[in-house]
Amino acid sequence: MNTIVCIKRVPDSATRVRVAEDGRSLDPAGVKFVINPYDEFALEEAIRRKEQAGEGSVVAIALGSADAAESLRQALAMGADEAVLLRCEGLHDALPVSRALADEIQGREFDLVLFGKQAIDDDNMQVPQMVAEFLGLPCATVVVDLSVSDGRVSARREVEGGQEVMEFSLPAVVSVQKGLNEPRYPSLKGIMAAKKKPLEEKEVVLSSSTLMLLSLDEPPAPAAGRIVGEGPDAVPELIRALREEVGAL
Amino acid sequence: MANVLAYVEIRDAIFEKTSREVLTAAHQLAATLGGQAHAVVLGAIGVKTAATELASYGAEKIFIYEDESLALYQPDVNSAVVTALAESGQYEAVLFPATARGKDLAPRVGAKLGHTVATEVVAWTVEGGDIVVQRPMFAGKAMATLKFTTGPALMTLRPNVFEPEEKTGAGEIVSLETPEGPVRVTTTAVEIGDRNKLDVGEASIVVSGGRGMQGPENWHILEELVEALGDEAALGASRAVVDAGWRDHGEQVGQTGKTVSPNLYFAVGVSGAIQHLAGIRTAKVIVAINRDADAPIFGVSDFGIVGDLFEVVPVLTEAIRQVRGSG
Repeated sequence: MNTIVCIKRVPDSATRVRVAEDGRSLDPAGVKFVINPYDEFALEEAIRRKEQAGEGSVVAIALGSADAAESLRQALAMGADEAVLLRCEGLHDALPVSRALADEIQGREFDLVLFGKQAIDDDNMQVPQMVAEFLGLPCATVVVDLSVSDGRVSARREVEGGQEVMEFSLPAVVSVQKGLNEPRYPSLKGIMAAKKKPLEEKEVVLSSSTLMLLSLDEPPAPAAGRIVGEGPDAVPELIRALREEVGAL
Repeated sequence: MANVLAYVEIRDAIFEKTSREVLTAAHQLAATLGGQAHAVVLGAIGVKTAATELASYGAEKIFIYEDESLALYQPDVNSAVVTALAESGQYEAVLFPATARGKDLAPRVGAKLGHTVATEVVAWTVEGGDIVVQRPMFAGKAMATLKFTTGPALMTLRPNVFEPEEKTGAGEIVSLETPEGPVRVTTTAVEIGDRNKLDVGEASIVVSGGRGMQGPENWHILEELVEALGDEAALGASRAVVDAGWRDHGEQVGQTGKTVSPNLYFAVGVSGAIQHLAGIRTAKVIVAINRDADAPIFGVSDFGIVGDLFEVVPVLTEAIRQVRGSG
């Protein structure tokens, strides 16, 4: 099975977000960037399937600034065979990004395209579905269990309070959720091997968007609350405060 | 032209609260734009009966597509039906609930129309004829303000943000023809654990447990608190306890779990890591119970109790039972 995994370089979830001077983007100073955590499940799934089958390939694709090459090297160290960086600067929203990814994927041979269910920076959760639409392929999102046999896929996706089962044929696009697997850490051998694997860089020009980002603001710091007391004796005061001060309960 | 379409979910003949919120928002946006709110519903034969209720949330027209296969969510049929309506030229905006279904569906429609969706919207305004929305990014650590440059504006609305409001609408039922377009995916089953159990993302009261709970065997004390709080309450969990395998990922609150906006959030034995605090930023009232007076959770809580949760929570549960019991 040949799998394409689309990954994104994002700020680590422990990041304290500060808005840059342009008022529309994240100030990258002091921010640690990582592979989007959900994309790690996608990478792991692709690599496992290749290892189990003993054949096939895993191609990692990222769209972003030149720094995203670092995330692709990490994907290669985990076990991807080759990587492609679609290089572009600036902020872009889901539609143009999906078009550029679909254009790149279109020319390749693959059975499955995997994504993390959403990137933890813009929290958009749109690109997998849009890429699938542009490629004219079946798509399941937020998948926690994926079984493939004879070109047929059964995917279980997370919904409120349970799971939904979707069936379709390969080739297909699937976005994955935590719970699918336990992603590996790159081994030293993998890190060494990654240096020799192909990483192609291409400049892409994205189409314009229909949604204009006017500003990005840090939400006001939550007003410091108060400690109503210590231990179970504080419960009556809590109940009173909830009922009388904020009208809860 | 200035109408607004609301995508409404009817699961098991129940008109979901999130969809009442979406329909209410559609009604308010349409009123601002000088148009009407319409609703579209897909479901199994009989969904029409449940759909008549939509008129009481301001729907002037209710588009219905009934088919036996639509007892379950079929993404391709749903996106074909909604896209055809969105393309009809009557709509300035199409609103979806930011539920599992709405979040899956809206971008499929967006790709067909060539528009990016504004997801998890928490506020909207109309400025000089343009629709401007706010949505959290970085799980709520920042708020983005966005303007749609071309219509129809597509957006998913975060649950529990827009208050449902009863309004009178004409509720004219319009049956839709079978949509054109390929069916590539078939949903064959939906397995819901406990139908009475509310999802943490949709509940208006959430009780989350963290590592201070010391083990999955102690969760009954939180379950009892949830039960005392009533039908609108659900359990949540911190990432630490999900990663430890104590609770399912479906309950995880935070940046790599669910971002929640309940009216009341109890953080029990949750220290308050940055990624967790991001996920509860839009909660209206936060109560923290923690042994460590220096825990960061107290910095964002409206009310805190410092103490042993195993002593505090049962007393709290009993007090809430009494309050609820006496009305």
